Amino acid sequence: MLKLLKYLRGYRRESITGPLFKLTEAVFELIIPLVIASMIDTGIAGKDIGYILWMGLIMILLGVLGLLCSLTAQYFAAKAAAGFGTKLRNDLMEQINRFSYTELDRMGTAALITGITNDTHQVQTSVNLALRLFLRAPFIVVGAVIMAFTVHPGLAVIFVLLVPVLCIAVFGIMFLGLPVFRKVQSKLSEVLLIVRENLTGARVVRSFAREDDENKNFRERNNQLKELQLRAGKVSGLLGPISIILVNAAVLLVLWSGSTEVESGNLTQGQLVALLNYMMQILAALVAFAFLIMSITKGFGAAARVVQILEVEPTIIPEPGNHKEIHNSTVVELKNISFAYAGAKLNALRGISLRISRGQTVGIIGGTGAGKSTLIQLITGFYPVKEGKIWVNTKKIGVVPQQAVLFAGTVRENMRWGKADAQDEEIWNAMEAAQAKKFIEDKGEGLDFLLTGGGKNLSGGQRQRLTIARALVGEPELLIMDDSVSALDAFTERKVRESLKTKAKRLTVLLISQRVKTIMNADILIVMEEGKIIGAGSHEELIGTCPVYEEICGSQLSGERREVTS
Amino acid sequence: MRKEQSGLAVRRLWKYVSVHKRFLYGSFLFSLLSVILTLYTPILIGQAVDYAVRKGEVDFKNLGRTIVILAAVMMTAAVCQWAVTLCNNKLAYLTVRHIRNDAFWHLLILPLKTLDERPHGEYINRIINDVDRMSDGLLMGFSQLFTGIITIAGTLFFMLRINAPITLLVVIITPVSLFAANYIAKKTYHMFRLQSEIQGEITGFIEEMVGNQKVVKAFGYEERSQKRFEELNHKFGNHMLKATFYSSVTNPATRFVNGLVAASAAILGAVMVIKGRISVGQLSGILSYANQYTKPFNEISGVITELQNAFASASRVFALMDLIPEKPDSPDCFTLTGENTSGSVTLEHVSFSYTEGKRWMEDINFEGLPGQRIAVVGPTGCGKTTLIHLLMRFYEIGGGEIRISGKPIDKITKSSLRRAYGMVLQDTWLKCASVAENISYGKPEAVRTEIIRAAKLAHAHYFIERLPEGYDTMISESGGNLSAGQKQLLCIARVMLALPPMLLLDEATSSIDTRTEIRIQKALVQMMKGRTSFIAAHRLSTIKEADIILVMKDGRIAERGTHSELIEKKGFYAELFCED
Repeated sequence: MLKLLKYLRGYRRESITGPLFKLTEAVFELIIPLVIASMIDTGIAGKDIGYILWMGLIMILLGVLGLLCSLTAQYFAAKAAAGFGTKLRNDLMEQINRFSYTELDRMGTAALITGITNDTHQVQTSVNLALRLFLRAPFIVVGAVIMAFTVHPGLAVIFVLLVPVLCIAVFGIMFLGLPVFRKVQSKLSEVLLIVRENLTGARVVRSFAREDDENKNFRERNNQLKELQLRAGKVSGLLGPISIILVNAAVLLVLWSGSTEVESGNLTQGQLVALLNYMMQILAALVAFAFLIMSITKGFGAAARVVQILEVEPTIIPEPGNHKEIHNSTVVELKNISFAYAGAKLNALRGISLRISRGQTVGIIGGTGAGKSTLIQLITGFYPVKEGKIWVNTKKIGVVPQQAVLFAGTVRENMRWGKADAQDEEIWNAMEAAQAKKFIEDKGEGLDFLLTGGGKNLSGGQRQRLTIARALVGEPELLIMDDSVSALDAFTERKVRESLKTKAKRLTVLLISQRVKTIMNADILIVMEEGKIIGAGSHEELIGTCPVYEEICGSQLSGERREVTS
Repeated sequence: MRKEQSGLAVRRLWKYVSVHKRFLYGSFLFSLLSVILTLYTPILIGQAVDYAVRKGEVDFKNLGRTIVILAAVMMTAAVCQWAVTLCNNKLAYLTVRHIRNDAFWHLLILPLKTLDERPHGEYINRIINDVDRMSDGLLMGFSQLFTGIITIAGTLFFMLRINAPITLLVVIITPVSLFAANYIAKKTYHMFRLQSEIQGEITGFIEEMVGNQKVVKAFGYEERSQKRFEELNHKFGNHMLKATFYSSVTNPATRFVNGLVAASAAILGAVMVIKGRISVGQLSGILSYANQYTKPFNEISGVITELQNAFASASRVFALMDLIPEKPDSPDCFTLTGENTSGSVTLEHVSFSYTEGKRWMEDINFEGLPGQRIAVVGPTGCGKTTLIHLLMRFYEIGGGEIRISGKPIDKITKSSLRRAYGMVLQDTWLKCASVAENISYGKPEAVRTEIIRAAKLAHAHYFIERLPEGYDTMISESGGNLSAGQKQLLCIARVMLALPPMLLLDEATSSIDTRTEIRIQKALVQMMKGRTSFIAAHRLSTIKEADIILVMKDGRIAERGTHSELIEKKGFYAELFCED
């Protein structure tokens, strides 16, 4: 939490003056018992109605001043807290934008989203509360004790004794309660997890007829939750009664010794009433303080999570080697690349060497987990290369990711992801090449057609064509397609392939697929298995030399076609 | 209408609460005691003050007696207050546990059709958040509504006993505080609505961008995303400032009105003391009453909103529990076991409709012999998945009859019917548990060697070994740490271990490459000897070797036969096959 305090820096004025105004309000509140005391001792004793009215007026005046002070304080606190949250969110977003795939894998996007939304909100609420109330309670307590001294030093000793005892009681109960509250929270998320699992997995649960076990499991957790809630309630329920008993014990002490002092003439009746009032103010302040601490500690957990995101050192991806070191006709070259994901035992890539020349179409094929996607993610620089060397001879790389993700907004906005200042004509050209022109034209609104979040108002195949177009808008020199035609029918797929060939002769294409037909006509086919390249060459060359490739072909192509091509 | 519903919800809630009636009575009794005793203390303190008038005029004997009474009263009040809390907690948490258990069980017996009709978030929201809000509401309601009412009544009573005019003054000024609080609440509500609108917008943006951060990176969109975010965030900050400020005005404002009440009571009271109508001690009593008189009003208005929310939540939870569950098994139901299941499947004139009166699937007739491999193909939305759901009795047939091993499926216990199939679906579902626990989900008693054997058969052993902790690796929620193909292999291993007499594969291998798929199918074929299997797929190359292929179109079986028969026929199947 303290590490986040720097986000208040731009609001130093608000963060300091806010609490100061709050303190001023507290001073006014502390004066009131004195006013009432003199009302009793001077006004009533002297039967002076004018004086009583005068004192009443002072009370109202103090109230008005207090209201003004506290409104100012609240405004400053709100301003500082809102500013704090805004700045923190901006920085978090910037940090997330700096993350490489390694950090994104490790932290998970869900945790990042919670961090920048809920967690930040909670921290901000805590800051607001702290600015408003944190200083107030200690000040009232100390102030009330001091006032008691001005009224009667002897009796004030009771106050001095009471305050530490009360503090120990209030904070002791709180610290006993906090771990239980935390347990309640985590138990509740366990319960939530079970509910969610049983919804998403309803078919599986029922197909194995495990309903009774799932129900038993849920009842068990739910019962544990109830027990924890009761335990938390028992502890926190002590707070009220115990502090009341303590304060009232002190009240009795003040009453008894106060009366002795009244008897000997060292204390007036009004002063006795004032002392009792101060006692009540201390009680109210401490109880409020305990609740404040409780809600601020909720913010501590959130703050820790936010700090965790901010403190991650993003992996620096070293610039790949460039054209000075390799021949101009080479677009990508890899030498002896090995790679393991963070936390994985075994290498995902093992000793990969590969050269891709300008204008070539290269197809990569292989089973699940063969390392195809890993390979292209190294080429695009999303993960750092630790073993081996990589050269990339162009900055203009267009990527079509495996999942056809589009964003809420117009088609034009989505297409400009590839090139921020793309003109409509460029966009239409790219869409034509990707076979996406016609169905968007049919929508009537053209490039202004609004996509809903994730592009859910289009079919899977339409989305995929748009993601291909998006990659083409930047007029890339190297186009990387990660299994990105899987949702297209055979006809459309062929049209896309043909138009890529004719549109840009110099375009280098790197194509991943599990379908032989998609990559069969590439200049070079690369067959991967378990992180290694186990075959490279044209379709004709591989048939007869690469048994794995033959097996893949055998599983996908009908007999006649295999013969024709081989 | 809405009022009626919430009235109904209250009555049903009462049914749950009344099980624990004794805690409710305890709560009432103890709050009554604690409130009366608490209110009595200012009077006693006032009396004590009156015994200490001035120098030489202190009545120690009476003072001592009052102090002893005070001590007893305070102690009892504190103990009662604790007892109230305990009773309320018991009452609220027991009730809520009961409701949550019932609601969860209801989820387990709801038809899948009903579950699919709404987003899952809605069910989760009801069982978690709505029930939570109910417990908060109940707790606050029990603890503050009753106490608040007694406190107001008691305060008025005690004040009246001291002095009527001052009481009247306090009663007249108090509504000002209520009006102020109300006005602020309205203003705040408006501000909060504006804030939550823009908050929704910004959360949507974050979910879209950060959720797809890899795409953002792939296009170097980071700077543009940052810029758009900062614009939204700036707007958000401004709205938040206003909403936060307005909401924090309530406390100072009511404190101010309270101060006004206290000042007026003090002036009038002091004059009364001079006139000899009340004593100084009574004045201090009146002042402490006046100070806390408005508090229960504010609390009660808070409680009423909270209770309204709780009742609204309760009616949402009860609406969930009112959804019609699956038909229970009739008592004369037959239980399928490995021994008495031959694996024959017969469909006779089966029809099905999603919406009442609109028949979608009609007159499906089919006879599957034990041990046959039956492929179901057709374009997306032709009814493949529906057919499988009907076989599993996830959906109820609209007409006709389905017989398994000669028994109509509505005469077979649902659990034994479903366990008779090994099902692998396109959406892979894994539990948040270890890899081993997931594989043994269908056979919890399986030992590690059996689990490994099943994993090997499903070609999952190789990648499981490479996971950080092998078979003990915990699978994160929704299997985020595995690829789609790996998840599917685990689902297949799960079926391999359970070894059911029949198999249902719905696009099971769509996320696995064809080579692995062929290997798995080799293993499946071996396992399927003597077992009937249904394979639904849109990729035709995977179903060529089936004994019989059913070609579906618009909820009907358009063609049937073996691969070569259907190709020769040059019909719908041949067309589909060429396109692939």
